[in-house]
Amino acid sequence: MTAAKEKQQQERNQEWRTELRKAVPNKDRLAIERVKMNEVEPHERNKSQNIEVNRGLTPEQAQREASRCMDCANPTCIEGCPVSIDIPRFIKYIERGQFLNAAATLKEFSALPAVCGRVCPQEKQCEIKCFYTQKMKKAPVAIGYLERFAADYERESGKIQIPDVAPGNGIKVAAIGSGPASLSFAGDMIKFGYEVTVFEALHEIGGVLKYGIPEFRLPNAIVDVELENLKNMGVRFEKNFVVGRTATFDDLKELGYECFFIGSGAGLPNFMNIPGENLNGVMSSNEYLTRVNLMAANQEDSDTPVLRGKKVAVIGGGNTAMDAVRTAIRLGAEKAMLIYRRSREEMPARVEEVKHAEEEGVEFHNLANPIEYLANAEGRVAKVRLQRMQLGEPDASGRRRPVPIEGAIDEMDIDIAIVAIGVSPNPLIPACLPGLKMTRWHTIEVNEETMQTSIPEFFAGGDIVRGGATVILAMGDGRRAAASMHKYLTDKHAGKENK
Amino acid sequence: MNKIVEKKQLSENVFKFVVEAPMIARSRKPGNFVILRVGSKGERIPLTIVNSDLEKGTITLIVQNVGLSSGKLCQLNQGEEITDLVGPLGKATHIHKVGTILALGGGVGIAPLYPIVEAFKKAGNRVITVLAARNRELLILEEEMRQWSDEVIVMTDDGSYGRKGLVTEGAEEVIKREKVDECVAIGPAIMMKFCALLTKKYNIPTQVSLNTIMVDGTGMCGACRVTVNGETKFTCVDGPEFNAHQIDFDEMLKRLQAYKREEDQARTGKK
Ligand SMILES: Cc1cc2nc3c(=O)[nH]c(=O)nc-3n(C[C@H](O)[C@H](O)[C@H](O)COP(=O)(O)OP(=O)(O)OC[C@H]3O[C@@H](n4cnc5c(N)ncnc54)[C@H](O)[C@@H]3O)c2cc1C
Ligand SMILES: Cc1cc2nc3c(=O)[nH]c(=O)nc-3n(C[C@H](O)[C@H](O)[C@H](O)COP(=O)(O)OP(=O)(O)OC[C@H]3O[C@@H](n4cnc5c(N)ncnc54)[C@H](O)[C@@H]3O)c2cc1C
Ligand code: SF4
Ligand code: SF4
Ligand code: FES
Repeated sequence: MTAAKEKQQQERNQEWRTELRKAVPNKDRLAIERVKMNEVEPHERNKSQNIEVNRGLTPEQAQREASRCMDCANPTCIEGCPVSIDIPRFIKYIERGQFLNAAATLKEFSALPAVCGRVCPQEKQCEIKCFYTQKMKKAPVAIGYLERFAADYERESGKIQIPDVAPGNGIKVAAIGSGPASLSFAGDMIKFGYEVTVFEALHEIGGVLKYGIPEFRLPNAIVDVELENLKNMGVRFEKNFVVGRTATFDDLKELGYECFFIGSGAGLPNFMNIPGENLNGVMSSNEYLTRVNLMAANQEDSDTPVLRGKKVAVIGGGNTAMDAVRTAIRLGAEKAMLIYRRSREEMPARVEEVKHAEEEGVEFHNLANPIEYLANAEGRVAKVRLQRMQLGEPDASGRRRPVPIEGAIDEMDIDIAIVAIGVSPNPLIPACLPGLKMTRWHTIEVNEETMQTSIPEFFAGGDIVRGGATVILAMGDGRRAAASMHKYLTDKHAGKENK
Repeated sequence: MNKIVEKKQLSENVFKFVVEAPMIARSRKPGNFVILRVGSKGERIPLTIVNSDLEKGTITLIVQNVGLSSGKLCQLNQGEEITDLVGPLGKATHIHKVGTILALGGGVGIAPLYPIVEAFKKAGNRVITVLAARNRELLILEEEMRQWSDEVIVMTDDGSYGRKGLVTEGAEEVIKREKVDECVAIGPAIMMKFCALLTKKYNIPTQVSLNTIMVDGTGMCGACRVTVNGETKFTCVDGPEFNAHQIDFDEMLKRLQAYKREEDQARTGKK
């Protein structure tokens, strides 16, 4: 048995857990219906970018939902979580009413539970592995909602625990980029006693959490609390600093930085390279979302403009596409259309976002692929030509491949098109490190266990290693990189002393 | 941080700022630019680094007041701070010794041309500079350009100074007069388009520095895309300098108007 499993068992065998299990018979637990998230009504929320759709659970709702969990002897849910959170432990603390202990449990595993509780694709990770889904063919325990509840409770109680920080060891390390990968890396390294600086190119800290994911799904205030905690622990943030440009790695080494964590993300937007894509009114989802989320272009007093279309087409089926199309509705679009080349079942977006988008009035145009944009007399986009598709044989990813239906081409009137077909790794850092080993997909090659790159003092994680992935995976990478960088530096410095 | 240590009015609508930015001053090369923001609700706007002073740790920016954000910058005074400033961004100009360089600058484009002229001269080239402005009052940096040019020809639209005519007319005379090995042209997009047509006729390799609309300046948004040799490029990371003969200027001219309505509304306060 691994150490983690042993710890889980020990925790599970605690008296209070055993008693709690006995307190309610499993058949009663099974009879409880899964909690419904409290939401703001679609007609209310679709007018403002700043209304968070999910309102969270009340303590009563959370405790009731927590009591559905059967505290399984073999908790398969944990296998679904990329950072192996001890899910039954935190849930049982909620059932028992010890919400702060639940939050503390989460913090053992995750640096950003309030974020992951909101944005993890739970239905594909922890919840799909829940006993309820696997064996009972019932709705799983709402692990994500409960995670969010515990983290929110802790934050709102004003009793956020600042973890203990080891005495400073005077060793300087740097994180490049300030997305979830770097933030979790920084949190762990500061605990180990390092001097940590996070460098960010933009004028805000947080990476995609700030410039990409909109306020209605993840309020900035939630991210800011986490940033404040990191600052209080001693992490330094340098914004408006492009590593490789403002200063080179050699410059940073000269300033005393010994090791680097690269968490520069996958910020490069993909386009389809079809005719008319550079017309005015056609833009990447990154541009659209950045203007609104980072630059607050939706607000009266912001200097940054954003195009407000009446007929907005968003191309893609992932979270980014969903965020863009729902933003368009909030900016006053009369028709907000999602154009996706496969069918709804294949959409990579979180199921909850697809549901919310539909409730808010998004039109789904599935099995359609843009092949050309056409302009009006002023040279602005006015129409998109769509190739209709059907599903063929499954491809390498196991999803059925969309194939064009010959001759089935039609046109749709639009005044804005937003291209959200994925991102590529940001090439800036690799370009400054000629010796760095890269993969065919232009991601950085790392040892999967240690997250160390081909250059020993460089570690990497998050989207720059995985391509467009998820917050929780980025966060897990950051933590693993911190653990192995700590080991690397400890060995290195021990070696020095022995000499 | 980013304190304005000197401000000077160069012409009716053009101001020079010397700003504290020691890291950028140290790292910047000719052709690089910065992105800055004025105020907590400010827009991110790109400006070329015209000069830097390593000892003082400052960079020089020259900005023309054309709209809301450039206007906000122009209102700042010595001693005040620029909210956010990041750089140096973009690829540096490829400076080498080729022989004779023809440098063409129009309007505020003369500012970004200045460090390039200086660098080409320092690399041992003969540099002939043609500067163009609508009238005498709008001409900037003439003295500074003379310092690094073997010859400076001034053209004004109204003939109020130098010679009457467009930058291309002055350029063509030089090309007809002597062998030009390379050309650099910076100014309004329409001027660069005509300079490119001219030098193409004479087969002179030509670089232009594009002033597309930008947001992040790090390759993340694609607002700055241009078509170069049939391929989409991002001006902020693949440029801002490109081979002039390969650029789809008509597309670029249209793209500069992408937010025209919104910009006009912003200027008149009716967002
Ligand atoms: C619109 C959108 C919605 C999403 N929704 C979800 C979701 O619901 N659930 C989910 O799990 N995932 C979602 N994702 C994916 C998730 O956000 C990413 O996987 C995650 O943020 C990656 O984290 P990261 O730390 O690797 O990098 P990022 O968050 O991408 O941050 C990288 C940062 O590095 C900075 N940087 C880059 N180069 C440099 C440099 N040279 N110097 C200094 N700084 C630099 C960048 O400016 C950026 O801020 C979404 C992504 C987008 C775009
Ligand atoms: C790499 C680069 C370097 C630049 N260097 C300089 C410089 O050294 N000095 C300088 O004065 N300007 C420079 N510019 C142009 C400067 O960024 C714009 O003038 C500024 O962003 C306009 O913003 P605004 O809000 O004041 O005007 P807006 O109100 O946004 O626009 C006013 C008018 O200017 C035009 N415009 C908008 N954006 C741009 C733009 N990016 N470039 C050109 N015209 C634009 C529009 O067509 C509009 O009609 C540079 C641009 C780039 C991309
Ligand atoms: S971090 Fe994500 S996957 Fe893990 S338990 Fe929480 S919601 Fe589930
Ligand atoms: S599998 Fe489901 S029921 Fe079992 S411990 Fe995990 S969350 Fe609870
Ligand atoms: S300005 Fe955003 S990619 Fe160039």
